[in-house]
Amino acid sequence: MSKVVVARRRTLPGFGLTMGYSVFYLSLVVLIPLAALLFNSTGLTWATMIEVATNPRVLASFKVSFLTAGAAALIDLVLGLLLAWVLVRYEFPGKRLFDAVIDLPFALPTAVAGVALTAIYAGNGWIGQFVEPLGIKLAYSQAGITLALMFIGIPFVVRTVQPVLEELEAEVEEAAATLGAGRWRIFRTILLPDLIPPLLTGFALAFARGIGEYGSVVFISGNMPMKTEIAPLLIMAKLEQFDYAGATAVALLLLLVSFILLLIINSLQRWSRKAGRA
Amino acid sequence: MKKRIHKGILVGLALVLTGVLAACGSDSSGSSAAGTSGGAEGGTEGAKAIELLNVSYDPTRELYEQYNKAFAAHWLKEKGQEVTIKQSHGGSGKQSRSVIDGLDADVVTLALGYDIDAIEDKGLINEGWQDKYEHNSSPYTSTIVFLVRKGNPKGIKDWDDLIKGDTQVITPNPKTSGGARWNYLAAWGYALKHNNNDEEKAKEFVGELFKHAPVLDSGARGSTTTFVERGIGDVLLAWENEAFLSVKELGPDKFDIVVPSVSILAEPPVAIVDKNADKKGSRDVADAYLKYLYSEEGQTIAAENYYRPTLDSVEEKFKDQFPALELFTLKDVFGTWRDTQAKHFNDGGIFDQIYVPGS
Repeated sequence: MSKVVVARRRTLPGFGLTMGYSVFYLSLVVLIPLAALLFNSTGLTWATMIEVATNPRVLASFKVSFLTAGAAALIDLVLGLLLAWVLVRYEFPGKRLFDAVIDLPFALPTAVAGVALTAIYAGNGWIGQFVEPLGIKLAYSQAGITLALMFIGIPFVVRTVQPVLEELEAEVEEAAATLGAGRWRIFRTILLPDLIPPLLTGFALAFARGIGEYGSVVFISGNMPMKTEIAPLLIMAKLEQFDYAGATAVALLLLLVSFILLLIINSLQRWSRKAGRA
Repeated sequence: MKKRIHKGILVGLALVLTGVLAACGSDSSGSSAAGTSGGAEGGTEGAKAIELLNVSYDPTRELYEQYNKAFAAHWLKEKGQEVTIKQSHGGSGKQSRSVIDGLDADVVTLALGYDIDAIEDKGLINEGWQDKYEHNSSPYTSTIVFLVRKGNPKGIKDWDDLIKGDTQVITPNPKTSGGARWNYLAAWGYALKHNNNDEEKAKEFVGELFKHAPVLDSGARGSTTTFVERGIGDVLLAWENEAFLSVKELGPDKFDIVVPSVSILAEPPVAIVDKNADKKGSRDVADAYLKYLYSEEGQTIAAENYYRPTLDSVEEKFKDQFPALELFTLKDVFGTWRDTQAKHFNDGGIFDQIYVPGS
């Protein structure tokens, strides 16, 4: 009995009520839409699921989606760390402006981003016209999709790494330096362990965003079946033929694979946090 | 502690339930309120103002902006009733889904019969809608033509030229775009005609055509952008009205329209959404709204927006604008939209077979 009493004393009061509110809003904003996705598919059978999961075109689109989202998130990981580093550690004119610009990809309608990126990287665009003669095709290729997803994903990495970098205490680094550690060693043994969890979070967010991204990609990808067709486009194509069950099947499959990948990243993160503290 | 969590979850679920119930409640009361007020408006008091919602597809925006004004004036003069018409535009299939999911459209004016068939399947539109108005319920028509760069550097004159050498063809994806399905069917019909109705040859031709497509945009306007703004491709397969509009808006010094020898008669159909119209009591005005599209004034507005009129007198007046070519209908060559969709565009259909890996 006494144990129960002890367990009831928490740091924050009103756990029951706040928990209720949390469940309410989680349901309203996340769980109910996901449930609706399931219920909307009144014709969805295992046969449809299996047919979708083994269709070569669906598989090809999954490959494109996951590869480009993964590549974009990886590049964002490096670029995002650099950006956050510069923003936290250096003072330069226009820093505030620079800092604010990072968030703009969030605000911009993704279709607008897609059209703008295509205009830049297409064969007659500002950058495309110099790159294309070298035999590098940016727009209408997987490279183009990756570029679009990098644009969409970069704020996630910067905004998760930045606060952690700001919190790091300079004294620890100074102490390490006085003990004779080189810059690389300081980075590797003092900074990196603290940075890995936020970097993984940023990577996971950018990756997840990239997998589901539709608006910006349809313009720059060229949508060629088996080559540059992304999974969300196939969902749209199925809806266009009023095949709700098929569309739901692709969506569920996409969610499932993403969820597993995110779960792995999450446990990596937890593990690295523990390892960092040890 | 466990008990507490359970309680918390219970409270949460209760809140969710009340929220859902409240939403359902307000929704049903809202629609029933609209129903009764609509009934009153459409009933005995003909003079009360009424509202129509026309759910249409993208390139008809300008057409209906003009037509709605004309019809409102006509209706006011005829019946003494004020009518305001709201427009909704988007991809044809997307619009059809909105109506299925509950968008309160009185009339639909879409790009393909198939998109209206889908609404019929849900019981919102009565069977036999396509015979309700003249010309398969298509007051205006269009066709598929070629838009080429000024001076026609690749010398494209007919469908055969599209698959010659390194010619690049721009068309949207038939899986996601209604307009692209007309493109595909136009090419198919031409190939059938030139190969003694040999289906295998037609498949080969259309397959070859899509191998010449470097990009498949998701919609017709996207393809126009790719061709016009990005400068990609040698020829754009386009609705005739869209081709006219591109030339007019972007300068006749940049593009030429090439009319092939044979093409498809694209019939964008119209229909009353029976269930909604009955519920709102707007059937009379909705019916008049669609019928007036066939009048002299309605036809002239359609022609001014580069749609081919079906009324002889107006057709005569605009005959210089629309070059003559051999046109076949969907019915003649392919049958119904349901069959066509199932055979060519549904998953595993002929369009998908064109993209089988290794081919």
